[in-house]
Amino acid sequence: MSTAAETKPKRTIIPFGPQHPVLPEPIHLDLVLEDEKVVEVIPSIGFIHRGLEKLVEIKDFQEMTYVAERICGICSCIHGHSYCEAIENIMNIIVPERAKYLRVFWDELSRIHSHILWAGLFADSFGFESLFMHSWRIRERIIDIVEETTGGRVIFGYCKIGGTRRDIANDRLKSVVTELKAIEKECHSITEVFAKDYSVKKRTKGIGMLSKDDAVKLGAVGPMMRASGIASDARKLGYAAYGNLKWEPITESGCDCHARLMVRCREIYQAFDLAYQAADKMPDGPIETKVTGNPTGEFAARLEQPRGEVIYYVKGNGTKNLARFRVRTPTFANIPPLLKALEGCELPDVPVIVLTIDPCISCAER
Amino acid sequence: MMTEQQPISMIQKSELPSKASEMFSRGYRLVYVCCTPGDPLEITYSFDKDYQLAAFRIQVPRAQAVIPSITGSYLCALTYENEMQDLFGIKVENLAVDFKGNFYKLQVKTPYKDAGPAQPKSDTGAQQK
Repeated sequence: MSTAAETKPKRTIIPFGPQHPVLPEPIHLDLVLEDEKVVEVIPSIGFIHRGLEKLVEIKDFQEMTYVAERICGICSCIHGHSYCEAIENIMNIIVPERAKYLRVFWDELSRIHSHILWAGLFADSFGFESLFMHSWRIRERIIDIVEETTGGRVIFGYCKIGGTRRDIANDRLKSVVTELKAIEKECHSITEVFAKDYSVKKRTKGIGMLSKDDAVKLGAVGPMMRASGIASDARKLGYAAYGNLKWEPITESGCDCHARLMVRCREIYQAFDLAYQAADKMPDGPIETKVTGNPTGEFAARLEQPRGEVIYYVKGNGTKNLARFRVRTPTFANIPPLLKALEGCELPDVPVIVLTIDPCISCAER
Repeated sequence: MMTEQQPISMIQKSELPSKASEMFSRGYRLVYVCCTPGDPLEITYSFDKDYQLAAFRIQVPRAQAVIPSITGSYLCALTYENEMQDLFGIKVENLAVDFKGNFYKLQVKTPYKDAGPAQPKSDTGAQQK
């Protein structure tokens, strides 16, 4: 006769990370397994905490724009934009209309390249090497456009408090849009594979479930939240020129890895469309407002990065240096939902599920 | 410039768990928790529903920085609360998953513990870059 102790499956703890082929940045997960099934996950982060928020004590509020842009190498430009929006609010700075549209244009280019980069990494996580290479080849063309228009490939550096540092001549803007339309057509060659390929579906459908209720309870943001059927997107707050453009948040109801993949694939086309709309409606005029004085007051700017909602909380007390600079990044918010999505999965699915939050640990730890 | 309204209500720290529970039952999601250095420490809990922010703020003296956890209602607060323990040296009671000061691997323990906000000076503003 077997005892209860003998019938209860034996538990094993498997360490995942901080060094792992699917993790460009370090996060450690202790996976508690019963046979091959994950029953509990204990996260451990903090390997690359840089203390960037504390730099406000020695950098003035203008210099902090450069620090904000360096929080992340993928969504760098929206970090800079978010910081500028927060400071502009407490200093009551009216940004010129052209600068607002330029911000949308570059932010959407950033979203396109980030999503395509992620799609490539995601394909790589389940061994689809050729799809990874095609994705990154297309992304390279977006990066080339970014370099031509901003001068930077990683740090765009286009945003400044009061407007933008650079402009795009109207003729150049037209030719960039023509180029983008050609790239958009080429994107179909990868997104159709992601949507229809048997092996992609096999590795993503019904895997890493996160219900709508859990997404709200656990504070999910961005595509992670929208793939659970919640139509929430910080761009709907209407910052920059988003309030003047026609678009709706993209949602999926599958609540699984495939739904997150599809949200991002569809957001690539939405980002192209928003970039075209911004280029089409871009008015002529100045691109910056002169900034005088020091910030006083507090504000939490909420912007939509490719990975989800980012919060830039700033508090000024009338000095050059802010009293508080706080960044809540989407990856930081998506860690608890990730733990939920991992519960009950099989061990080989862990890398795939981890990638569906599009983890950016240097963002999360700042 | 963003024009979003961001009302903040001051509450006592003892009210925090019940307020969090109330927000949870009304369908709000936790957006962020932010601690501002100084004495007293200011801790702001911000929630969102239908793009409307609602925030609560508590103040706690730096010498007795002990606050209740809201992980009973919002489990996702565990990352924010563990971060506050690590960076500010605040003790969070009844934390659902307590890393006991080891959430981040820090060279300097609780770097914000004795930090205060910069004091106003008679400067004329930062240089325009």
